[in-house]
Amino acid sequence: MVRSHVLICGGTGCTSSKSPAIKAAMEAEIAKQGIADEVSVVMTGCFGLCALGPIMIIYPEGTFYSKVTEDDVAEIVSEHLVKGRVVTRLVYDETLKDGEILSLNETGFYKKQHRVALRNCGVINPEIIDEYIGTDGYQALGKVITEMKPQDVIDIIKESGLRGRGGGGFPTGTKWQFAANSVSDKKYVVCNADEGDPGAFMDRSILEGDPHAVLEAMAIAGYAIGADEGYIYVRAEYPIAVKRLQIAISQAREYGLLGKNIFGTDFNFDIQLRLGAGAFVCGEETALLTSIEGNRGEPRPRPPFPAVKGLFGQPTIINNVETYANIAQIILKGPQWFSSMGTEKSKGTKVFALGGKITNTGLVEIPMGTTLREIIEDIGGGVPNGKKFKAAQTGGPSGGCIPASLIDTPIDYDNLLAIGSMMGSGGLIVMDEDTCMVDLAKFFLEFTVDESCGKCAPCRIGTTRLLEILEKITNGQGEMEDLDKLEELANYIKSASLCGLGQTAPNPVLSTLRYFRDEYVAHIKEKRCPAGVCKKLISYEIIADKCKGCTACARVCPVGAISGKVKEPHVIDKSKCIKCGACIEKCKFDAITKK
Amino acid sequence: MKKQITTVAFKDTQEQRAKLDALIEKYKNEKGPMMPILQGAQDIYGYLPIEVQRYISIQTEVPLSEIYGIASFYSQFLLNPKGQYAVSVCLGTACYVKGSGLLMEKLTEVLGIKNGEITPDKKFSLDATRCIGACGLAPVITVNEDVYGRLEPKDIPDIIAKY
Repeated sequence: MVRSHVLICGGTGCTSSKSPAIKAAMEAEIAKQGIADEVSVVMTGCFGLCALGPIMIIYPEGTFYSKVTEDDVAEIVSEHLVKGRVVTRLVYDETLKDGEILSLNETGFYKKQHRVALRNCGVINPEIIDEYIGTDGYQALGKVITEMKPQDVIDIIKESGLRGRGGGGFPTGTKWQFAANSVSDKKYVVCNADEGDPGAFMDRSILEGDPHAVLEAMAIAGYAIGADEGYIYVRAEYPIAVKRLQIAISQAREYGLLGKNIFGTDFNFDIQLRLGAGAFVCGEETALLTSIEGNRGEPRPRPPFPAVKGLFGQPTIINNVETYANIAQIILKGPQWFSSMGTEKSKGTKVFALGGKITNTGLVEIPMGTTLREIIEDIGGGVPNGKKFKAAQTGGPSGGCIPASLIDTPIDYDNLLAIGSMMGSGGLIVMDEDTCMVDLAKFFLEFTVDESCGKCAPCRIGTTRLLEILEKITNGQGEMEDLDKLEELANYIKSASLCGLGQTAPNPVLSTLRYFRDEYVAHIKEKRCPAGVCKKLISYEIIADKCKGCTACARVCPVGAISGKVKEPHVIDKSKCIKCGACIEKCKFDAITKK
Repeated sequence: MKKQITTVAFKDTQEQRAKLDALIEKYKNEKGPMMPILQGAQDIYGYLPIEVQRYISIQTEVPLSEIYGIASFYSQFLLNPKGQYAVSVCLGTACYVKGSGLLMEKLTEVLGIKNGEITPDKKFSLDATRCIGACGLAPVITVNEDVYGRLEPKDIPDIIAKY
């Protein structure tokens, strides 16, 4: 009889910090101690609290061990599993209060979360279909194809108020209705898993932690619109997600949940995988379809929309991973359950990948309408190292910045648009006072210039010119009229570009200009970078009082710009200094400052 | 990023050629075959030499211009061979705000090659990569399959010395 379950996170973050080796060591140690029949070791999807990885949870107690290493394994087995004594030094300190172990749901990170799309992540073994079935998996598909008409399915999705989680926020039910109304004997269901927004990993975690939820939803969509074939377009950079999808598809076929005559009906549906090859523009739906067709992933004009003329010229619906992850639950629990969460026009929950300067980096799922402050302070644990929160960036290269003054904004599609950002797919990057907003805008523009497919001139040429102006400013050669030029050009690019990439590419510039204009002005008028990031505008100095004259900096300086006698304060010759920062790294006395 | 065709001479083995033939045969008649064929070919050769693209063109009767267009479009397709140890620096947003740009500079200094280049002895190549999704460990670099996280520039020499 199994009396204990050891869950080890097998998401990308924890895998990178060697969780597979920990699992192997755990199994070996358990066998050595002769309790292999009593303890089951399970590799799950992401628990969400990536900052504390590798993570291990032992049930039935629900003990949450963080930052586990291979060396800790023997102790965990002999103390916890054999003697029943918790290894306190490894327990996540927020779950430890006066010697008592609290439930995870009591911790700041988990308390305000509400897991719908992530419900199975970190709970089931994603490589075993029976575990998904054990948590009501494939029940919704069975219900849909044996009890409901296609139109009923579409009506339920419409009524739930679910909107596309990939960024645009288009109502999912309406999209399905368009495709259902298109007359054709061949239609397709496509899943957009080309999560290209840097700093976002929601879709990856769902695919790694609960792949069957996506397969089930795609089959439901196929039934609703009359399609018998589906494609999942997933980034090749996500090897673990790809592997788990392959396993999930073959298991579903084996169980007759994909393929011909599903649940003994005449409904047929099968799914194929297509790997992306690293092109951000392929997250745009028409570009993604061209890529599946085997071409350069260039977008095409809409209309016609994919629902009318999509993959291989046939009516197609294309939804994002997280959107699909909500479908089966809406069918089982009803549209009212779903629409009871969230705000007036944004229903349900949203998954965010919390990253950057924040204590609890990781994956969080919150009801729409939660404020940014709750996400950053309560769930995220605030900005580390005593620094001040400066801004949050959402929507990646298509989105914008939310300044500290708007931290109480409830997060939903419409509020974010109103303040000049966008929901995007859910990347949420926190920045502190050390981040230069002009440099950040430049970073995103470098990204879009690099990723612009080149098909239309406004995006290809316009973003390059935007970047050049930003480079001019960060190099200290900016003029005040450049700011007007930036704004004018940005608006042209927005209105004239062919696809979503170009139409949103100027957003990082516009939103930083809107909220952090003073930083641009400091770069231009005072030739100063307030955050101390832009190299051309900073200078290094040695604080004479702190310098012990150890000569470490002078020895490491590659251009010989530092001079001074031993045991006497040194000085930096600014005309020689190339601002490489080698001296700061070397100084043991914090005697060098950057301004 | 602008891609340049390598100057490294191309050589293949009979075994590689047989694998390539089998790959082309498998996908030739499918809908949209070119991406899986190029991905498979890159697995066989480690990159996509122009000679291989030409061979695929003849076998599939797709113009070389079109194949080259695809190969040069996607950042995953490599026109240059990688080093024995491929060093990649994540320049995703989360890593960037935590200083991965500085890691790239340090690597350029330590390895003596720039982003996208390979050392003369073919031991190391250096690339910037898009987000690998290990944002919890930011900033991150990878050397082949090994992931190193929460780095500072001063950690770089020790990591390179391991290889």
